[in-house]
Order: sequence, then structure tokens, then C-alpha cells
Amino acid sequence: MRVGLFVTCLVDLMRPRIGFAAIELLEAAGCEVVVPATQTCCGQPAWNSGDRASAAKLAKKVIAEFEGFAYVVAPSGSCADHIRNGYPGILADEPAWLARATALSSRVFELTDFLVNVAKLETLPGNFSGSVTYHDSCAGLRSLGIKAQPRALLAKLPQVSLKEMNAAEECCGFGGTFSVKFGDISAAIAEKKCNNAVATEADAIVGGDLGCLLNIEGKLRRMGDETTQVLHIAEVLTAK
Amino acid sequence: MESRSHRFKENAAAALANPVLQASMKKAKGKFVDKRAIAIKEIDDFEGTREAAKQLRDRVLENLDLWLEKFESNATARGATVLWAKDGEEICRHVAEIGKRHGIKKAVKSKSMLSEEAGLNQALEANGIQPVETDLGEYILQINNNEPPSHIIAPVVHKSLDEVADLFEKVHKTPRKTEIPALTREAREVLRTHFLTADMGISGGNFLVAETGSVALVTNEGNGRMVTTLPRVHVVITGIEKVIPTLEDLSTLMRLLPRSATGQSISNYVSVLTGTKAADELDGPEHLYYILVDNGRADVIGSEFQEMLRCIRCGACMNHCPVYQAIGGHAYGWVYPGPMGSVLTPLYTGLENAIDLPHAATLCNQCGVVCPVKIPLPDLLRKLREKQTDRNLRPWLERAALKAWAFVAASPTLYALGVWFGVRYLKWLAGGKASIPVLSVAPEWTRGRDFPAPEGRTFRELYAQRKQP
Repeated sequence: MRVGLFVTCLVDLMRPRIGFAAIELLEAAGCEVVVPATQTCCGQPAWNSGDRASAAKLAKKVIAEFEGFAYVVAPSGSCADHIRNGYPGILADEPAWLARATALSSRVFELTDFLVNVAKLETLPGNFSGSVTYHDSCAGLRSLGIKAQPRALLAKLPQVSLKEMNAAEECCGFGGTFSVKFGDISAAIAEKKCNNAVATEADAIVGGDLGCLLNIEGKLRRMGDETTQVLHIAEVLTAK
Repeated sequence: MESRSHRFKENAAAALANPVLQASMKKAKGKFVDKRAIAIKEIDDFEGTREAAKQLRDRVLENLDLWLEKFESNATARGATVLWAKDGEEICRHVAEIGKRHGIKKAVKSKSMLSEEAGLNQALEANGIQPVETDLGEYILQINNNEPPSHIIAPVVHKSLDEVADLFEKVHKTPRKTEIPALTREAREVLRTHFLTADMGISGGNFLVAETGSVALVTNEGNGRMVTTLPRVHVVITGIEKVIPTLEDLSTLMRLLPRSATGQSISNYVSVLTGTKAADELDGPEHLYYILVDNGRADVIGSEFQEMLRCIRCGACMNHCPVYQAIGGHAYGWVYPGPMGSVLTPLYTGLENAIDLPHAATLCNQCGVVCPVKIPLPDLLRKLREKQTDRNLRPWLERAALKAWAFVAASPTLYALGVWFGVRYLKWLAGGKASIPVLSVAPEWTRGRDFPAPEGRTFRELYAQRKQP
């Protein structure tokens, strides 16, 4: 199974180890992983800012780079949702591109969804030990139905205990450019998320989208919590 | 009502710094969100009912003019007068004329958001008619110098018990009471006199039933019944989009509205009012007027925002919105707060007058998930952002930054260079620490939180290295 890894711009810039962890997991599931070197960003910031022209330009770039693969996997529900469900709408007025976007759409997956439901990964390469609480990121949860998949994977780690937080499904306040346009509101929402997460006394807050995790980690550290780890699910599943 | 939506950021900052508001919002969230979650489980097929409600609202909007004419002819046949208002000013003019015709001195009002859109109370006073709000929340706001409501169904949700106790003591000139039943009784005593002496009742309308020419009112306090049956003149003010074809449709929507709004299986009162008092009837008004209002709605018909007119004003979108929960309703600056307000305010008051609202959402889609008529609110917010871009309404710096970023992101070489520098700059800012406390390129981010430091090199660099033997 030949899989194209969409690394995501945040992982590229901020946390390369998540990209390598995703590769390790996909290879453990028996996939041949290819990382197209020309990839940049899925274009969601442009689309959500109301810049359709830029969003369309970047959508076409991603389609051309990834349509040759059997599957496309991203360690982010938000980016996967944008490619899967956003592109056909963005390119609705260009029939040839719409056809290509639609053809790609059903083959695009968020990492945990792919590992559980397509690749059916049985044995994890990692052996993380500790308690975790899982934050359900919005796009993954509400657009792609990512809820049971990361928990099913965590359950395969014998030394991991999952402590669910209150309101795990509520937004952390990140919202892409929202976090820098309305920083005060964004930080106030993040504070509620952090309080709910910290109340579980878990060793680590885990999620599937780096944007949310940077927001949560940034707020947590500002609140003076230097010990609670904030990790991407791929990091937990591959931790040695 | 004059819009303060253009000052959203200042309004929001004040809200975040207001401890009374913050405490009230926290309390309200539990009430609305948890109760709704329980109430919707009572329906065997909640999702199917949502879909049915969506479809019936869409059917009406497809032929809105025909359903309105049907409503008009059936309401007229039952003795009502149907008037049309283009905007808030025309609402006020109609009501003033009705007041003059019937020699009205006092009007008791049950909740009507349209009257907020029109600023009706000030117009009534200017025409020598004393308006008295009788919904408890609206009454509290009226005696507090006509403060605007902060929620469409819970107008004083932002207020604390202490604030209301102080207000009643000051305005009613009675000993301060701190028990809710005692405060409520005091308001009832004041309002009872007004109910008995008013000669006009003004209400909103949750739905207009075309086949019978009726208005349906969904209330909890009973004031709606008094307002619509005691005075000799009843004026219903509602938006043109509120019409539905049949009573059967009303029952479908009534399965959803109270559950979505307050988490009640059904509200304490549901009234379906038809026509004037007949010769053999004891209750009801002698004169019944419907003022059906456009105020921006007709322009939305046939546009890419038509789905917004499905809205049945339950407030679930705001109750579940993380942004609304953080800042309350006043920050949005006009009649309708939360996600529905962020769509309606620019549509009804002008895109350029509410520049921040379509962006004041994380697009988490919790609103879309709970909306009983399946309005894709995040999509509509995003479309409004696109309209702003098309009309160059966003700040030039934001537009320039976005264009520059998109240009770079379209070129793998430039992009690789950009992130190469970017990651090193961030790493340098962190100075060996795990977090960056002040980020000058994104000051809004670091005002309330740190920015985590990057690992130090980009994925593309490390991957290219790893591939080489």
C-alpha cells in the first residue's frame, strides 16, 4: 500500500518528530510511505480567511502532488478534513479540477483513522508509559468522526491509562488565524481547556492536531504548569 | 437598535475583564448545554426530526412570497390586519399610527427581537405611548436604563442575582430582597397593574401558520398570554421568514425548539392565536395587527446565505459557542449574538459595519452540530469572510500578509527557504528555553500564552538528510 504523507506546515516547522513518528506508524502497518518534497501547506489559512483564489491555487498544488497515491495520510484532522471535504467546494467552478479533487477526496485520511480503519495496525512500535487525557480536535471530531480511533490505539499500549477530561470535545480556542486575530478570547478559551485537562492529573495531554497542541501547551506554560506534557498522538504511539 | 458591532474587540476585552459577567456565563453554560443534551434524547429520531425541520423551512423559503400571501389572506379572513414593514423605521411608524387610531396610552410587550431591531420602545415614547416590557428579563433591562438584551431567549443571562436585587431596591424603592421568588413576586406585582391598564399588547411571533392565519407563541412566564389577550389591541411584530405552511409543521418544529433552546420538552406556554375576539368569545383583542418585517431578509432570499433564514431563534448556537461562552452577548454589539448573530448582523446592518464578527469564531462547528434546522453556520461565516475579501474590507496589512504567504506557499523553493529562516528565528527567540514569552510577529498570541519553541530544524531538512546514505 503506497501512502503519500502530507506532513502539514506546522509539523514541518515546529515538530518534525511528529512527521517521523507518522512514518514509523505507517511503516509498522505495512505501508510504503512517500513524502513528496515539494509539499508546503494545504491552503486552509487562505480559505478560512476568505481568500478563495489563494486557496484554489494551493488546493491544485496538493492535488497534483498527491493524486498518484493509493492513500494520502496527514497527522492532522484539520488538514485532512480540508483536503477531503474542503477542496471539492473550493474547486466547484472548475469541472476538471473538481473531478480530480473528488477523486482524491475519499482517499485522504487523518492518521489514526487510517491506522485503525484502513491499515488495521495491530502492533504498535512504542511502549509509552503513563496516564494521558485526550483532546478531541474540532475538525477531526465533527467532520471526520475521529473519536474512537485514537482511543483504540492508546488502548493497545499496556502501560497507558486514559483519563477522560470534562468537555473533551469542546474547542481549545485555537481556530487557526483566530488565535492571532483574537488572542485574548482565544487564550481565555484555552484556559478552560487547560483547566479541564489538568484536573484529570494526567501525565500528558494528547491530541491529533498540532495547532491545538501548541495553543494548549502555550497556555499551560503561561499558567505556570511546566510538568504536564503536551504530545501528539503519533509521538505517544511511537515513544520508546 | 444602533449597532456597536464595529467595536467588537473592545467590547470583548471589556467582557473578558468583567468578573460578574464571567461568573454568570459559566453558570448559564451548564444550564443550557447540559439540559439540551438530556432533552434531545427524549426524541426517538432527533436527527431525522432535524432533517424534516430543515426541509420544511427550506420549502417555505423557496416560495416565501406565496406562503406570505396565503398567511395574509387567512389572517385577514379572521379579522386581522396585515401590514408590511420594509425596515425598523416603518415598524415604528405603523405602531405609532395604530396607537393614534385607537387612542393608546400604554403598551405592554412580550419578547420581540424585531422590536429590538427597530428600537421600538424609544419610538413609542416619542409618540406618547408608554412601553412596558413584561418578560421578566426584558423588564429588568428596561428599568436599567433600557440596557440591551445579551441573549435572544435569556436577555439577562449576563446579570447576577445581586445586580438585580440592587436594581429592584433602587427602582421599586422597596427593601432589598435577595431571594429569587421574592424578587419575582415584586416584579409580578408591578407588572399586574400594567397588564390591567394597558390598551395595547405587542408581541413577537415564533411562527406564523399560513393555513390558519395564526401566530404561534412559545413562552415560559405567562406574560405572553396576558399581553395578547387582555388589551383591546394586539400587535404582532415578526420577520417575514417566520411563516410555516401548516399546524402539522408547527408540531415538528415544536419538538425541536424548546429542547434546543432551554432543554425543555415543551415550554410552559404554547399559544396559537387566531384572529380577533368573536362576538361569542370572552378573551382576545378587538383589533389584531400583524406587522411583517423585511429589514434585510428579502435580500437574503436567493443569495448564498438563504439557509440562514431557516433559523428558528432557539439560541443553541450561542449557548454552545466557545467564543460566546467566553465573552457573552453584548460584545457582538447588535440584536443577535453568537454565531447566528455573526451571520445576521453583517447581512442586516451591512458587511462593512460588522467587520470582525464573521472572523470571531474558531469554526469549531459545534453550532452547526446543535442547530435544530441544520444551518451550516461555519460555512456561512466563511462565505462572509470571502465577501469581505472581495470588497477589500479587511485591513491592508492582513491582506498583504495573506497574499505574501500564499505566494510563498505556492513555490516549494521559496517556502523551504522561508521555513528555514523561520525556524531558526523562532529557535533564537526561545534562547534555549522551551517557550517563547513574547512573539513580536504575533503579539496577540503571546499576550495571554507562551508560544512553544520549535525543535530547531524543519521536517524537510531532516527528512532530506535521513534519505541520504
